[in-house]
Amino acid sequence: MDFINHQLFIKDINVHIDPILPKKTAIITHGHADHARFGHDHVIATRQTIDIMKIRYGDKCAKKFTPLRYGQKYSIKNYDFTLYPAGHILGSAQVLIEKNNHRLVITGDYKVGKDETCKNFKLVKCDTLITEATFGLPIFQHPDPKDEIQKLIRSVKINKNNCHIVGAYALGKAQRVMNLLRQQKYNETIYIHGSLEKLCQYYSKEKINIGKFEKVSSKDKNFYEGKIIIAPPSALKDRWSRRFPNPIICMASGWMTVKQRAKQQGIELPLVISDHSDWNELLDTIKKSKAKNILITHGQEDALVYYCKKQNLVSKPLSIQGRSDEEIE
Amino acid sequence: MKKFSSLLHNLILTPSRNTKIKLLQDYFNKLDINRSYALAILSDQLSFQFIKASKLRELVYEQVDQHLFDYSYDYVGDLAETISLIWPTKKEGKSQNLSTLIENIKKIKKSEINTEFSKILSGLSNNERWTLIKICTGGLRIGVSERLVKTALADLYNKSVNEIEEIWHGLEFPYQNLFQWLKNETSKPKIDFKKLFHPMMLANPIDEEKDFKRLDANEFQAEYKWDGIRVQLMVSSKSVSLYSRTGDNISSAFPEIIETTKGDAVIDGELLVGRNFKPSGFNDLQQRLNRKKASKDLQNKFPVFIRAYDILFYKGKDLRKFSLLERRKYLEKFQKENKTNQIDLSSIINFSTWKELTKYKNNFHDDLNEGVMIKLKNSEYLPGRKKGYWYKWKKNPKLVDAILMYAQRGHGKRSSYYSDFTFGVWKESELVPIGKAYSGYTDKELLVLDKFIRNNTINKFGPVREVKKEIILEVAFDDVFTSTRHKSGVAMRFPRIHRIRWDKPVNEVLTISEFKKEFKLS
Ligand SMILES: [Zn+2]
Repeated sequence: MDFINHQLFIKDINVHIDPILPKKTAIITHGHADHARFGHDHVIATRQTIDIMKIRYGDKCAKKFTPLRYGQKYSIKNYDFTLYPAGHILGSAQVLIEKNNHRLVITGDYKVGKDETCKNFKLVKCDTLITEATFGLPIFQHPDPKDEIQKLIRSVKINKNNCHIVGAYALGKAQRVMNLLRQQKYNETIYIHGSLEKLCQYYSKEKINIGKFEKVSSKDKNFYEGKIIIAPPSALKDRWSRRFPNPIICMASGWMTVKQRAKQQGIELPLVISDHSDWNELLDTIKKSKAKNILITHGQEDALVYYCKKQNLVSKPLSIQGRSDEEIE
Repeated sequence: MKKFSSLLHNLILTPSRNTKIKLLQDYFNKLDINRSYALAILSDQLSFQFIKASKLRELVYEQVDQHLFDYSYDYVGDLAETISLIWPTKKEGKSQNLSTLIENIKKIKKSEINTEFSKILSGLSNNERWTLIKICTGGLRIGVSERLVKTALADLYNKSVNEIEEIWHGLEFPYQNLFQWLKNETSKPKIDFKKLFHPMMLANPIDEEKDFKRLDANEFQAEYKWDGIRVQLMVSSKSVSLYSRTGDNISSAFPEIIETTKGDAVIDGELLVGRNFKPSGFNDLQQRLNRKKASKDLQNKFPVFIRAYDILFYKGKDLRKFSLLERRKYLEKFQKENKTNQIDLSSIINFSTWKELTKYKNNFHDDLNEGVMIKLKNSEYLPGRKKGYWYKWKKNPKLVDAILMYAQRGHGKRSSYYSDFTFGVWKESELVPIGKAYSGYTDKELLVLDKFIRNNTINKFGPVREVKKEIILEVAFDDVFTSTRHKSGVAMRFPRIHRIRWDKPVNEVLTISEFKKEFKLS
C-alpha cells in the first residue's frame, strides 16, 4: 500500500483519486463537489457520475471521460482498478486498486443501509481499507429513515397552514427525501428550489422514483400552505425562504442527530436521514472487509482510529486538504 | 414521559416565543399529576440529590469505552445529550407516566442506584433519556423561562400573569391550589407573604451613549455596586432567614447574621466579608460561599456583614409600592432601631450631573466595588429586570493584551465552534497561560478565530488544540489575584475577549513580571 500517498495520489502512474485541484488522471468516486472537481485532463468514473459532473460543470469539464461499469476492470500499467457500488448517491463508487496481489479499497463516501435512489453498497474484501469517517463517533446511530420521513408527513398533516421547507443537499439527499416520501405514499407534488431542477430531472430520467415535482415559482403566497418544499441548506437562511407562509424549517441530515446542532442552525424539525454510514456500519464494514490496515480519510477520525488500534488493526488518519469536517456532502 | 419529552424537544428547537407558548398550552391543557411534575421541572424545583453529573458519567462508563465517550462528549458539548445518544440501545420498555417514573426513581435505594438507574435509562427512547438526564442534572436550558410558563398558563386559563407571579413563591408541589384556582374551582390561593422570598429587583446595564442623553440626573440616586452576593434578609420576632438572589435559603451558612439580627422587616442587601464594615474583597468572600455550614474559626477569619440597599416590608407593612425615597426612610429607621455589627447601610452618592457621577464610578479609592448603581428615585420595588428603573454602570474593565495559545470547542450552543480560548504572556522566550475566556467576542470575531484555529493547529491534546502563536487578544477582566494553583501565579476574575489586536506584533506583549507589576501583584 506504499504506492498511494496521503493525498490519494499514485505517483508511479500519475493517478489521483478525488483530487481537489485539476490533475492529469482523476478517478472520481461520486459527483459531490468535495470529490468531483472541474478541469481534469482525464476523468475515470461511473457513467452516472460523469453525467452528473457534466450537469454541474458543463460538458467540457474534463478533456476526456472514461465511463466504467461497476465490476469492470480498468488497467494502467500493473495497476488494476475496479469500481463497486458505494450506496451513497446515484453513481457513487468505491475504488478497488490491485497491485501485485495487494488489494486496496477506497470507499469514498458510503452507506450500508438500503436506498432506492442508487445501487446498494457492496462489501469488498481487501488488505488495506481507506474509509471515510463522517459519522465516526458512537453517538451516531442512524434511525430508520422511514420513521424520520413519517415525522415530516405527520407534521404536514397537523400544521395545515404552514409550509414545510426541507433543507437537503441538491445532489442525492434531495432526491432521496423525495423517494422516501413516495415510499410512504405521499403523492402530492413536491416543490423544489430552482437549483435542484436539473438533478431531479436527471434522477427521473434514470428511473428513480421521485414522483411529481415542480420548481417553486412566484405564485400567490398562500399557495404553498400545506406543501413540502425542498431546498439546498444554504437557501434556508437567505431571503428566498422568507417568501413562504409560516414556514417550518426542516433539515434532512445525519448531523441532525445532535439537538444542539439543529438548534444552532435554526432547524425546527430535524430529520435524521444520512447518506453516510453510522458508527456501527463503519465498524461492521471495517470488520467484514478483513483489512488489517485501516486508513481514515475525512470526518471524525480520532475515535475511529482509537477503536481500530484497540482491535489491533494498523490505523492512522489521512488528512486530505479541502475536506474539513462538517462541510462534507 | 413521551409527551413531556417531546414537549421539551420541541421547545428547544422552536425559536418563536408564540410557538413556545402554544406548545406549553397544548401540554398544560389538562391539569393532572403529570402536569404538577412538569411544572416543578420547568420551574427548576425538582431535583434528585444523588444523581448528579458525576454519577451519570460513572454509569455511562460502565456501558461504553471511556475514550469513545470523551471523544463524543467533546463533540456534542452537552452531557445529557451525549449520554442519551451513546447509551447502548436496549429494548425500549413500555412508556411510563412522568409522575410514575419520577416516583420510581425517588424510591431507588442509594446502594442500588447504579443498576436500577441504568435499567431505567436502558428502557427509554433517546429523547426520553435526554429529558430524564436534564431533569436529574437540573437547569434545563431549553430557552423557556419561568415567566414564559406562567404566561402560557395565565393566557390559557384567563388569569393575569401578575396574579400568578404574586402567589408563585408561596406555592408548593403538587400545586393543587394553583390548578384548582386556574380551573375556577376555588378562589385564588391565600399566601402568607411575610414568610416568603420575594423576587428581587434587578438592574439593567446602562447604555452610556443613549441613556445619559435621555435620562434626567436629578430623578436618580446612585450607590456603589458592591462586589459580594445579593441577599434577602427576612426577620421577624419568630425567625430570621437569609435567601440568595435565586431564592435559596442560605441561612445555615451565615449563622452570625441569623443570630444577631432583630426587628421585623424584609431587607435587600449585599453580603460581604470584612471587619467594621470594611469589605475585604471577593476572594475572601469565596471562602464562605458554597459551604453549607460555617465553623467558628471560619466566622472569625472571614466575618460577614450585610450592606443594606433596600427594604420591602417593615413591621408587616408592604413597602413595595412605595417610592425608593420613601423606602429609604424606612430602611434608615429599621437600621437605627436594630443596630448590630452585621448590618450597615449602602451610602448614597451625591451628584447633580452624569459627568460628575463618572468620577465616582471610576476613581473610587479601592477595588471593592464594581461601579455604581443608578436608581430612579420614585421607583417601586419591582421583581425582575424591568427596564427604565434601575441601572448598573460598571467600572471600565482592566485590559491586557495576550497571545492566543490553545482553543477548545465550546459547550451548549457554541459547541460547533472553537470558542474557549486560553491566552498567555511571555516568560523569557516561552509563553505562560494567564487565563481562559469563552465570551466577549462578536459572532464575526468568533468565526474568524474558529477558522484561524482550524487552519493553524500545531498540536492536539485530546479536545484541546494548540495553535500558532500569531493572534493577540485584548482581554478584559474585572480583577486579577495571585494564585498558587496556576503555573503563571495569577488568576483572573471574569476574563473575556474584548477584541482582536490585528495591529500589534506578538513580541510587544508583556512578560509575566511586567504583567504582575502593572496590576500590582507581588
Ligand atoms: Zn458525498
